[in-house]
Amino acid sequence: MARFLIPLGVFVALAIVLGVAIKHSPDKENIASPLIGKPTPQFALPDLSEPSKTITTNDLKGHWYVLNVWGTWCVTCRAEHPMLLEAARQGIVPIIGLNWRDDDDEARAWLNKLGNPYALVIVDREGRTAIDLGIYKAPESFLVNPQGVIVYKQVGEITPEVWQKEFVARIKGTTAGKS
Amino acid sequence: MLPELGHFALILAMLLAALQGFFGIAGPALGKDRWAAAVTPAVAGQFVMIATAMACLIASFIGNDFSVLYVAENSNSALPLFYRVSALWGAHEGSLLLWIFLLSCWTVAVAIGVARLPRQFAARVLGVLGVVSLGFLLFTLATSNPFLRLDPAAPDGRDLNPLLQDPGLAVHPPILYTGYVGFAVAFAFACAAMLEGRLDQAWARWTRPWTTSAWAFLTVGISLGSWWSYYELGWGGYWFWDPVENASFMPWLVGTALIHSLAVTDKRGLFKSWTLLLAILAFSLSLLGTFLVRSGVLQSVHSFAADPRRGIFILAFLIVMIGGSLTLYAWRAPKLKSQAGFEFGARESFLLFNNILLVIACGTVFAGEMAPMISDALGLGALSVGTPYFNPTFALSMLPLLALLAVGVHANWKRGKLGDHTRVMVITLVVAAVLAIGMIYGIYSHGKILSPVGATLGLWIILTSLVDPIDRWRRKLTLSRAVLGMAVAHIGLGLLVVSLTAVESFTEERDVAMAIGDRASLGGFDFQFRGVSPAEGANYDGQRGTVVVSRAGQQLAVMYPAKRNYWVAKTDTTEAAIEMHGGSNVFVALGEDLGAGKWSLRFQIRPLVNFVWLGAGIMALGGALAASDRRYRTAKQVAAQTAPAAAPGGATPVGAGAE
Repeated sequence: MARFLIPLGVFVALAIVLGVAIKHSPDKENIASPLIGKPTPQFALPDLSEPSKTITTNDLKGHWYVLNVWGTWCVTCRAEHPMLLEAARQGIVPIIGLNWRDDDDEARAWLNKLGNPYALVIVDREGRTAIDLGIYKAPESFLVNPQGVIVYKQVGEITPEVWQKEFVARIKGTTAGKS
Repeated sequence: MLPELGHFALILAMLLAALQGFFGIAGPALGKDRWAAAVTPAVAGQFVMIATAMACLIASFIGNDFSVLYVAENSNSALPLFYRVSALWGAHEGSLLLWIFLLSCWTVAVAIGVARLPRQFAARVLGVLGVVSLGFLLFTLATSNPFLRLDPAAPDGRDLNPLLQDPGLAVHPPILYTGYVGFAVAFAFACAAMLEGRLDQAWARWTRPWTTSAWAFLTVGISLGSWWSYYELGWGGYWFWDPVENASFMPWLVGTALIHSLAVTDKRGLFKSWTLLLAILAFSLSLLGTFLVRSGVLQSVHSFAADPRRGIFILAFLIVMIGGSLTLYAWRAPKLKSQAGFEFGARESFLLFNNILLVIACGTVFAGEMAPMISDALGLGALSVGTPYFNPTFALSMLPLLALLAVGVHANWKRGKLGDHTRVMVITLVVAAVLAIGMIYGIYSHGKILSPVGATLGLWIILTSLVDPIDRWRRKLTLSRAVLGMAVAHIGLGLLVVSLTAVESFTEERDVAMAIGDRASLGGFDFQFRGVSPAEGANYDGQRGTVVVSRAGQQLAVMYPAKRNYWVAKTDTTEAAIEMHGGSNVFVALGEDLGAGKWSLRFQIRPLVNFVWLGAGIMALGGALAASDRRYRTAKQVAAQTAPAAAPGGATPVGAGAE
């Protein structure tokens, strides 16, 4: 009789392991970027509104900013857009857009139609800077401190909760600590 | 409008599945005959609803309706029509819908097939299938609805994963899933028998054709996946022991054990509780495979959808289905004692070893599959298990299995006398060994330690499987499809073993950096690189290399290995060029642009690799032949008439209730 219980016992043990595995499962969306705690990679990219002008990493140093990677071909970016507009309206931190492998005219049309949350949009048509930043899927957003060091990376859409918990809280936390 | 209609149809299907499950299981249990009568209409209604949902989603794909999130994420207006349809199963949500649709197809087929079986039993089988369907419909509607809208609609879609834009992969998931889902039928038959508390030889005969068909589909599905990874992924291999490959391979191994164990239960009324356990196990592994692939606990190139919430839902479903059926097993299986015995050396004993070795093989794959996860869950750090573990452990259980197979096909039921067949076995073994050594040292003039062993065993199985059919044919005896199918499947396995041995022993590979006009040689072939030109398709651009292949100064072919960049999905793929010459596969893949007019190129010469898939195809053909044997169809009438009728192929008709 007891031997017929063995399969059930084995399965119960397996179910426990699977349960633990789910809890511990490496959340692919939030694999810690090796760039966290490191300076933003060097880049020199054209400004979308004024393509003759080149923006470099050093131009952005000195204050907090959010670097948001987007493209008009990206469905989730569109879903994220209203949240970015709201974040820009709050005026806590400037959002820099990194337009990734896109068409300049389409990108401008997109911003005209849906509103522009970006203080500045830089264009990475070849995707070189995106590779330096370890982007594998848009949208991705980086929070960069005044020293030019990346303190947080969000893969996928920024939701209102993420915005408060991961972005605003980090900026306010450090400034509050200093004062 | 269509997506809402599809969503609504799916909800109705779920309600019908609940009714089907409830009436099918509770009806016979409470002795309510009229409840059981409601089961078949529920099956039909559910099928109509699920087919409607499928049609709605396909229509959204064909019509480029990018207001549907799933369509926007997996299709594109530039995508050819064929791939817009196959994009349906390009990601998680649609794959689940396909799973449910195929389950519904199987259920309809079963409902037709069991119509002539005892009513209570038929209701229970369909009831269990209803519960399975209910679980998957709940899962889809709660966590993975493919009909969600995107507001505002996307101007264009994100494109189907370029790796999936390939005819081989477009048909691979439906066939693989047909196999996976087919084991639900064996599972339902097993649960119905346990609920009934009765299992006889007739039960095994009813279950066999379903199980064998599911197994044949799974065989084709797995080999298509392997073929695809060989020529599309451009990695130059056909099997990687990838977690997702393993997830489909484990149910196959147990399913193979199950079809053999069912044969014993059918012919001799033995192995009853063991057969039940294997039926539960085969389907459990199919479900577990779904869990591993879909929950994101595995890191794999294949697992394109990962969501812990889904994982928890599937885990709960696994606990209900597997836990429930194993509890039923612990309660009911002890009562299903087999009475008869058999001698050592009888066919039963060979099939017992077959089962043990296949389950051990599955166990080793399972251990390799789970070890990284367990290590991670226990905080022991990352652990990677790959080919160095899988190849030897798998071979360790497979080699004895092959040898036992070659001998076992000659064994008789019940009696352990093998002596009559000694002569034939020795002759076939000697012929096989001579051929194998001739092949290895004559053609390829070198080999690894296991090469002669593998080649001999494979050839021996082919020869030994031919003995019985030829003998019957010469004596002008009837040859039933069941017996013929078994021989064909075994010959396919033999061919598979021989070609695997050749590929593993004699593959040659070389990576070369080449400028235009450069030459390289490998395995007797000469390659000249003629440069790279741009190549454009409907939704991609790319480069195409030109390589001239020659042997002994004579030009054989011009090959065009290519790289493609899919501009919407921003993904690069490698399209290797593969040609067949004198039994060998010549494989050329275009690598990176090294600058200064140089490109990296990979050359491989793989002998007999096409025969790996051919062998698997022949195995599946054997399964299809066996499943279509008249015995499984006429037997129902025989059982109904309870009159001894002459069954073809010398198979004895077995009455119900042989307990």
